[in-house]
Amino acid sequence: MSEAVATAPDQRPAAGQTRRFVVSRLKPGDLRPRFDDFEVVVADWTTVLDVLRDIRVHQDRSLTLRYSCCHASCGTCGVRVNGKEVLGCVTNVAGLGAGPIVVEPLANTPVQHDLVVDMRGLYEGLQPPQRPLVRQSERKRADDADRDGAAEFVRFEDCIECGLCLSACPIVGTDPRYLGPAALAAAWRVAQEPRGADPAAVLAWVDDEHGCWRCHSSFECSEVCPAGVDPAGAIMALRRELTARKLRRLMGLGRRVDDE
Amino acid sequence: MAPQLSPGHVVVIGGGATGAGVVHDLALRGVRATLLERGAFTSGTSGRQHGVLHSGARYAVSDQESAVECIRESRILRTIAPGSFEENGGLFVALNDDDMGYLEPFLQGCAACGIPATVHRRDAALRLEPNLNPAVKVAVEVPDATVDPMRMVFRFLATAQRNGADLRPFTEVTGLVRHGCTITGVLARDYLLERDYELGADIVVNAAGPWAGQVGALAGVSVPMRPSPGVLLALNGRFCDKILNHLHKSGDGDIIVPQRRESLVGTTSWVVEDPDDLPVPEDHVAMMYREGAKLVPAVASATRRAAWSAARPLVGGGGAATGRELSRTFQCFDHKQPDGVEGLVTITGGKATTLRAMAQAAADVVCGKLGIAVACRTTEAVLLPHTAYYDQRGEQR
Repeated sequence: MSEAVATAPDQRPAAGQTRRFVVSRLKPGDLRPRFDDFEVVVADWTTVLDVLRDIRVHQDRSLTLRYSCCHASCGTCGVRVNGKEVLGCVTNVAGLGAGPIVVEPLANTPVQHDLVVDMRGLYEGLQPPQRPLVRQSERKRADDADRDGAAEFVRFEDCIECGLCLSACPIVGTDPRYLGPAALAAAWRVAQEPRGADPAAVLAWVDDEHGCWRCHSSFECSEVCPAGVDPAGAIMALRRELTARKLRRLMGLGRRVDDE
Repeated sequence: MAPQLSPGHVVVIGGGATGAGVVHDLALRGVRATLLERGAFTSGTSGRQHGVLHSGARYAVSDQESAVECIRESRILRTIAPGSFEENGGLFVALNDDDMGYLEPFLQGCAACGIPATVHRRDAALRLEPNLNPAVKVAVEVPDATVDPMRMVFRFLATAQRNGADLRPFTEVTGLVRHGCTITGVLARDYLLERDYELGADIVVNAAGPWAGQVGALAGVSVPMRPSPGVLLALNGRFCDKILNHLHKSGDGDIIVPQRRESLVGTTSWVVEDPDDLPVPEDHVAMMYREGAKLVPAVASATRRAAWSAARPLVGGGGAATGRELSRTFQCFDHKQPDGVEGLVTITGGKATTLRAMAQAAADVVCGKLGIAVACRTTEAVLLPHTAYYDQRGEQR
C-alpha cells in the first residue's frame, strides 16, 4: 500500500477574501434579466464555478446553471465573466482583478433561465442534415505511432461543444444564417481527416456567403476557445483550401477533385 | 411512433448516471417515468468522476464482485454506446519490489474474474508509454478505456426522453408525500418557475447517489450511505495514452487518466456526512502531484488546469474511516422490508461503469412491485448520441 495517505480535512480551508458577485437572473416569463448581488468568501484557487455552486448551496438554491466535470472537459459551464466568455470551472477568481465580478449567460443564443442558454443552435450547426460533424471516438489505429500530436490522433475531438466561440463571435449575433465558428471548425476537421466522410461535400457546404466567407477575421472565437481548437484558424484554412481548389479548376490542372 | 406507456407512474430522484439509467430502462419497458434533478443533469458525482470505463482490474484482488460486474458491464456499454469510449486500454505499473509482490495476486484476480491481462516487461512498457517512470519493473495491460462521463450519461437521458420519459432538471425534491405506510408521491420545487408542486407516484426511486441518505431521511428510512469524497487534479498536457494505475492495493494518487489534451490524477478518499460543499484541500492536491509523479515524472512540473472534489456513493457500516475498505458494488433496497415503507426503492453504491446493471436491478424491483412483466432490454438497445438530448429540448417548459 502507498505510504502516503491523505488525511481527511476537518473543515473548509481557512477563508480568504470576500468578493462581490453580480449575477444575471432571468426566469421564464420575466420581461428582462435582473442582477442579484452575492458576497462570497474566496481562497487562492477558488473558481467562478466554485462561487456559483457556493451561492446555490448557501445563499440561493434557485440560481440555475449548467456544470458537470469541473475541469474543462464537458464544456457545460460557459458564462460571460466581466463581459468575457469563459468556462467557470477553470477561471480563478484571483485572476479577475479588483471590483465586482459580473456573471452573465453566454450571448447570441436565447437565455432559458438564469445562466442557462439554449444549446440547440450550437448542435444544429454541428449537425446539418445528412452531415453530422460531432465526432465520436473511434478505435485507435494500430499503426498510429504519434505520441503527442493530438492532431493526428483518432480520439476524442478537441471541441467540447461549450459554445463560447458562438457567444464571442461578432457575426453570429447579426447574421442568423452564418454557420458560425464551431461548425466551420468541425467542417475543417472533416476536410483534414475525413474518416470515411466526403470532404468535398463538406467543403461545398461551407463555400457560401453565410459560410466560411462571412467571417470578419476578428479571431474572437480562437481567443476564447478553452480547448485550443482555433476555429478562426480553421476558417482561414477552409478559405485557402477552397481558393486552391478553385485555382486548380480555373487553370484546368488535372482532374476535377471536388464535387461539382 | 409514440411509445405505449403503462398506467403506472414512477418518479426517479437524481439525474446522475444511476437515475438516467433507471429512467432509460423503465422507458424501454414502457413504464411512465419522471426524472427529477435539483440541478443540471450530471452535476453531482457522475460528471466529476475521472472518466474510466473500468475493466474491473482495479478491484480484482480485494473486491471481486465489483470486478466481475465491471468487466461484464464494460463490454455491454461498448455495444450499446459505441463511440463513447477511447479504446486506449489501461496499464497497471509495478515500480518497486513491494509492487512486484502484488503482481501475482493481481494476475490471479484478473484471471478469476475473466479480465484479460497481458504482462509487459520494462522495455515493452516504456515503448508503450515513454513518459513512464523508467524504474518501471513490469506493466500489466487490461481493457480499461477513457470515457466522457457527462456525454455517456446524456446518451441514456436522450434515449429515455425519446422513449417518453419526462426529464425535469432544476427540480428539487423537498419532501415525500405519505399516506400511512405508503409513499404516494413527491413534493417538488421547480427552480425555473419558482413554484412548489406535488407529483403523484406509484413508486419513487431514490437514485440520488451520495445524497441517497438525505432522500431516505425524507421518508424516515435510513440508507447506510458513506459519501466518500476524493480530490482529482487535471493537468495541462497528455502524458500517457493508456490509463496508468499504480500496481498496488488501491491508494491515494495512484491513477492517471488521459482525457483529450489533459491528464487527470486521482484520487484521495475520506468520508463525510454531507456531500455538498466539499473542500479541495491543498495538501491533497500536493499529494496528487507527488504520487502522480511516481508513475510519470513529468507530472511534477505540469501546469494545474483544475482541482475538484467528488463524492463516491459508497454504502457501508458506520465504521468506515476512509471509504477505501468499502465495496464498489451496488445495492438496491426495497424499503418495504425492513423499514415498513411501501412505494420507495433505493438504488445506490456502484460505479458509472455499472450504471446499466444498477438500473436493471432497480427497474426489476419496480416492475415487480407494479406487476409489469416486461423484460429488461437495455443490454441490446443502442443509445442515441448525446446530442439528441438537446435536439428534443423545447422551450424548457
